[in-house]
Amino acid sequence: MSDFGPVQTRSPVLTVRRVDAYYAITIVAPQVAERFRSGQFISVAVGGDQSSMLLRRPFAIHDVKPDYGGTVEFLFSVRGQGTAWLAERRSRDLLDVVGPLGRPFPLPRDPVNCVLAGGGSGSAVLFPLAQSLRRRGCRVDFVIGAASADRVFSAITARRAAATATFTTDDGSFGLRGRLTDALGQVIEDARSDVVYACGPMPMLREVTAIAGVYGIPVQVSVEEAMACGTGICMSCVIPVVGEDGITRMARSCVDGPVFRGERVRFDDIGTIPFDALGAPGWKAQSGEGGVADREAG
Amino acid sequence: MSPDMRTRLGRVELDNPVLAASGCAGSGRELAQFFDIARIGAVVTKSVMLEPHAGRPAPRMAETPSGMVSAIGLQGPGVEVFLQRDLPWLMSRGGRAVVSVAGSGVAEYQELARRISGAEGVEMVEINLSCPNPAAQGRHFADDAAEAARIVHAVRSNTRSDIPVFAKLAPDVPDLTALAGACVEAHADGLSMINSVRGMAIDPRTLRPAVAGGMGGVSGPAIRPIAVGCVYEVHTAFPDVPIIGMGGVRTGADALEFLAAGASAVAVGSVNFSDPSACVRILRELEEALAERGVSRVAEVVGAAHRNGGAAPNR
Ligand SMILES: Cc1cc2nc3c(=O)[nH]c(=O)nc-3n(C[C@H](O)[C@H](O)[C@H](O)COP(=O)(O)O)c2cc1C
Ligand code: FES
Repeated sequence: MSDFGPVQTRSPVLTVRRVDAYYAITIVAPQVAERFRSGQFISVAVGGDQSSMLLRRPFAIHDVKPDYGGTVEFLFSVRGQGTAWLAERRSRDLLDVVGPLGRPFPLPRDPVNCVLAGGGSGSAVLFPLAQSLRRRGCRVDFVIGAASADRVFSAITARRAAATATFTTDDGSFGLRGRLTDALGQVIEDARSDVVYACGPMPMLREVTAIAGVYGIPVQVSVEEAMACGTGICMSCVIPVVGEDGITRMARSCVDGPVFRGERVRFDDIGTIPFDALGAPGWKAQSGEGGVADREAG
Repeated sequence: MSPDMRTRLGRVELDNPVLAASGCAGSGRELAQFFDIARIGAVVTKSVMLEPHAGRPAPRMAETPSGMVSAIGLQGPGVEVFLQRDLPWLMSRGGRAVVSVAGSGVAEYQELARRISGAEGVEMVEINLSCPNPAAQGRHFADDAAEAARIVHAVRSNTRSDIPVFAKLAPDVPDLTALAGACVEAHADGLSMINSVRGMAIDPRTLRPAVAGGMGGVSGPAIRPIAVGCVYEVHTAFPDVPIIGMGGVRTGADALEFLAAGASAVAVGSVNFSDPSACVRILRELEEALAERGVSRVAEVVGAAHRNGGAAPNR
């Protein structure tokens, strides 16, 4: 319908690859590829037309290439029936894809120093970002953390795409033993970073945001929330985010995000409705809460 | 020859009988990225309340077999923003609006009806009765036929007379036909059914309810037989009352099933999440299914299951 918004396509699978603990699927999707900006994601239907798995699975876009008019690659690990089904796809199978979805990473106007921090498969979104940043003359430093060596994604690409690449694993099987956030401060100091970009689990994003705060530099975080629609209509993916006007709203991760300014996200209040959020109970008179029956349909 | 898809809901005639269900299409803006929103019969807008509402804490949703459990808690910006921003947008795209209202008591529903029926471009009003009644320990208005009737009466008498008012029913009530009857007696012009079915999913890892707050509403194809049964039953009792049928509509064949059970229109809910072009696809599939059967007007199949000798004999 428009040149900017998402499209829904039936896209042939080009390749399915095993990459350590992950799978990478490349699809031919020119309309998605041409609209894509780094930080955006796609959602993929799983299980076929009459699937009992109703909900699409969201995946960060890991790579976009001009081949065959435009290809898109995404990365996942098998975590349930849906991703197991995807892992069994073969070249030329068709996937029902919607994208690109979500707000992309804002890019700096000037060639500044950027540190990119990715936890687990969250590092996938940072690769196209690194490319965009380098095209603008930015210095890029990677900090990638994972549970173990086989979950460190694309160490070679990270080294190639960045001035430095630092790796941490929980078990010490690759790079430094410890967490990504243990190493981040040193990288910021050494690289004289001006801005942080991060993607990964919520506790990690929270710590990354705190560290960026210590150094007084801005941080953009990409959240990985559970999503039912990915298009902004179901309101299932909300987190409390402070707006420009200082008011906290329950913002949709899929369309208001997934990229937010770190300091705007109320990490400590995720999973709650903060009492001062717009429209929170008590915001006006609280009405008969408690008990199993107090669910509004919808 | 393509069949005549026009359908009548009280005083209002829609170009076709495929609607987007409340809470599953916002006010149409997001879905309009995927198709021309003016092509579907109408958009039933997300239930609007008088004031902004933050909704329930996350997690709000879990996938279940052929469906999902959700508890969103009616997050929305309140009626003022809805009337200033969302409704005018839908009008500007040529979309037709069925405005769903939700409140915590007669006074709020009344005030909402007044505000909404004064606005430009409101085709119909749908009353979401599956809202907790603070005066009844949070039980839903729909759980008590007399309470539901009071709400319907309040909305009907505060809405412009040329705007049909539909009452939206929940399936899991003590006596659905009695609830429908109470709403009709309170001058509802029609009935929408069904809202989601109360249920729960337990997270297999934490062994705690997967949706914050425990109970949620089950929606999607999993509930379709329940919904079709509800429509059939209520149409049997009130054959002249128009029904908007919903619950798991995924294909044109599903839509036809609801029409045959007695619905004059169908609304597509959760399937919009999995397929953002679902409404127009289902409309096309329904048209094809009717053409294949040689049906020239969609109105001909409404209630067909009742005329063909009713339920098939037991064998
Ligand atoms: C996420 C979600 C939000 C909903 N919000 C509303 C709402 O605001 N008002 C309402 O009357 N029904 C609401 N519903 C119920 C739907 O309109 C519909 O009645 C129900 O989901 C059954 O249809 P389906 O199986 O096609 O989804 C909601 C359903 C879902 C899944
Ligand atoms: S996933 Fe539905 S609104 Fe974000």
